[in-house]
Amino acid sequence: MAFALDEQQQMIAETAAAFFAENAEGERTRAAMANGIDRDLWRAYCRELGFGGLMVPEDLGGPGLGHVELAVVTEQAGRTLAAIPLLGHVMATAALLASDDRAAIEAHLPAMMAGDRIVAAGERGGEGTFVPHAAQCDLLLLLGEGGADLIEAGAATVEPMKSLDETRPLARVHASAGDPLPGGTVPCEAARAAGVLCLAAEALGGAQEALDRTIAFAREREQFGRPVGSFQAYKHRLADRAVEIEQARSAVWWAACALDEGHETRALALHAAKSFCADTYLRIAGDMIQLHGGIGFTWEHDAHLFFKRARAIANMLGDGPHHRERVARIMLDEAA
Amino acid sequence: MKLGFSDVEEAFRRECASWFEDQMTGEFADIRGIANLVDKPERRKAWERRLAEHRYSCIGWPIAWGGRDATLNEQVIFAEEYARAGAPNRLNHMGVELLGPTLLALGSSEQKARFLPAIAEGTAIWCQGYSEPGAGSDLAAIRTRARRDGGEWVIEGQKIWTSLAQFADMIFVLARTEDGTGGREGLSFLLVDLDQPGIEIRPIRQINGESEFNEVFFDGARCPVENMVGAEGEGWIVSTTLLSFERGISTLGQQMQFRNELDAVIAAARRNGKAADPVFRQRLAEAEIGLRLMRYGALRMLADGKGGALAGAALTYKIQWASWRRALGELAMDVLGQEGEVAPTDAEGWPLLTNLYLYSRADTIYGGTNQIQRNLIAERGLGLPREPRGNA
Repeated sequence: MAFALDEQQQMIAETAAAFFAENAEGERTRAAMANGIDRDLWRAYCRELGFGGLMVPEDLGGPGLGHVELAVVTEQAGRTLAAIPLLGHVMATAALLASDDRAAIEAHLPAMMAGDRIVAAGERGGEGTFVPHAAQCDLLLLLGEGGADLIEAGAATVEPMKSLDETRPLARVHASAGDPLPGGTVPCEAARAAGVLCLAAEALGGAQEALDRTIAFAREREQFGRPVGSFQAYKHRLADRAVEIEQARSAVWWAACALDEGHETRALALHAAKSFCADTYLRIAGDMIQLHGGIGFTWEHDAHLFFKRARAIANMLGDGPHHRERVARIMLDEAA
Repeated sequence: MKLGFSDVEEAFRRECASWFEDQMTGEFADIRGIANLVDKPERRKAWERRLAEHRYSCIGWPIAWGGRDATLNEQVIFAEEYARAGAPNRLNHMGVELLGPTLLALGSSEQKARFLPAIAEGTAIWCQGYSEPGAGSDLAAIRTRARRDGGEWVIEGQKIWTSLAQFADMIFVLARTEDGTGGREGLSFLLVDLDQPGIEIRPIRQINGESEFNEVFFDGARCPVENMVGAEGEGWIVSTTLLSFERGISTLGQQMQFRNELDAVIAAARRNGKAADPVFRQRLAEAEIGLRLMRYGALRMLADGKGGALAGAALTYKIQWASWRRALGELAMDVLGQEGEVAPTDAEGWPLLTNLYLYSRADTIYGGTNQIQRNLIAERGLGLPREPRGNA
């Protein structure tokens, strides 16, 4: 049985953890909130860390790693709420590779991998559909029913919005048409799968960090002459969240592994991971505020950044009920 | 990282599946799919012996003691196929999964030679004498006493929640053997024959009308001094070693039984149309997700490969499955509606899902309540400060 990170994957996780812990600490995230992307951090991620083409095959200049590696890196990015355009980048990379469109790959991928060309990705939709980082990007990937389009940012009308999660601001996008990627729904599905995995792993990392910080607080903070973490009301709440985080980690690894292996449970795993991890993050981020007391409600404390990121993830690329309904279809309808 | 089992392991799975299928459609068809622990005990004893004939009764044990030296993965595969085939719960679970490994780890060579063969052959059924009326999750509060009388221990006291004692031949007892001690000190671990004067077993009628649990009264019951496992006064260490087996491999294969139960809920929902109701679809999906995450969590535990005593994710496993199963029981009854409340008046017991609903209320209590589990996770897993404790 090898349902665990191997040595190389463990090393990638540690490298990513050290990178984000060192470079994406709270102050820097807060500074990036003014313009939505920490561009220096993103370039360092792409070039110094060399993860700009994480899943790009070797013949195209990447290390050719898989979804498991993507998940462990994204988890670490989520821990520090790094203000980087990872989601759009990952979705666009997956779409380009799945399309096998040599011209588009040559036109966009090298600059993307170097961190020079920023891509935003989202669903093509009506008034109520928003695309993260659309106001900061160079290139847009819009997903629709029939397929995916690439659109130069300058060719679309982008309306920036004040956004709850300022570390990943949303914008409304109006774009009549673009360059459709060949392959119909194939690149679309690849982009959604990578995006959903990315969000689930980010939620796992955020949830773990929110829990860890709340535990640290509960061990230090004294009330009634005892650390508040010695009270059962704290302990039991945090224990329940720890149980959920263990399950969330199983969900992310399952989904990542299933994608890499083309396993029959691939779709089920992605729907499970997105809904479960987003729910877990929402609960622990909410608890983070509650269990910190008044200080958790202040702007100075980071709790609201986790809380807002968690809410944004829950809504993005399908909410919990949507993904559970897809699970229900697989278990109740297709198998009948 | 890899999701599945190896080809060799899958071949072992097919071997198990085919043998169980033969048995459960053949000679032992009458005990296939029994949902409780108490029906047809004589037939289940026969089943224990049949497993032994095929060297399937304790596959994780060393070959020299009647086992197959099976790996953790093979044990999980075995347990999965066992449940998939609808084979009944093991009457000798305590002997095979708990006492056997404990004796292998801590027993003397005489104790191994004396007790292991009968467990492996399915001829000695064991039960567990830990809990007491005043010591449930707080095992350190044990008051059952044993005193030396020449070459024997003489036992006075009472155990409770003793599963299947009424069908058992032997009991392992945690007793206080040193006067004036409290807490974890002064306890010893004794192997006691149930068929003797001075022992009375009273079944406890449970919430589902059945009697799996018992009270066991000791009034001058005896066992030879050489039936003490580990050193005198160090029974706590033996008992926690044993509990680590309980939280390890023996819980992993349960998931196939849970799968059977969830499938029964799904079938009921399809039958009565609730599978088309958006609210029920959300709840069914949650149950499915929870079950799958248990499975992949178990695979993570296996990959940790720390032998019998699984750490890390294992700490969260008991509360995970117990809470999941209790929620499944509630979902089952909501799906069934009034149909879940009735059975023919000549029915022997409740059908699968009604029994699940009732029995799952015990899941979050036995083996350490959910509240105890949360304390364990918080203190051992998360490093939160200990609660003030009484005299421990």
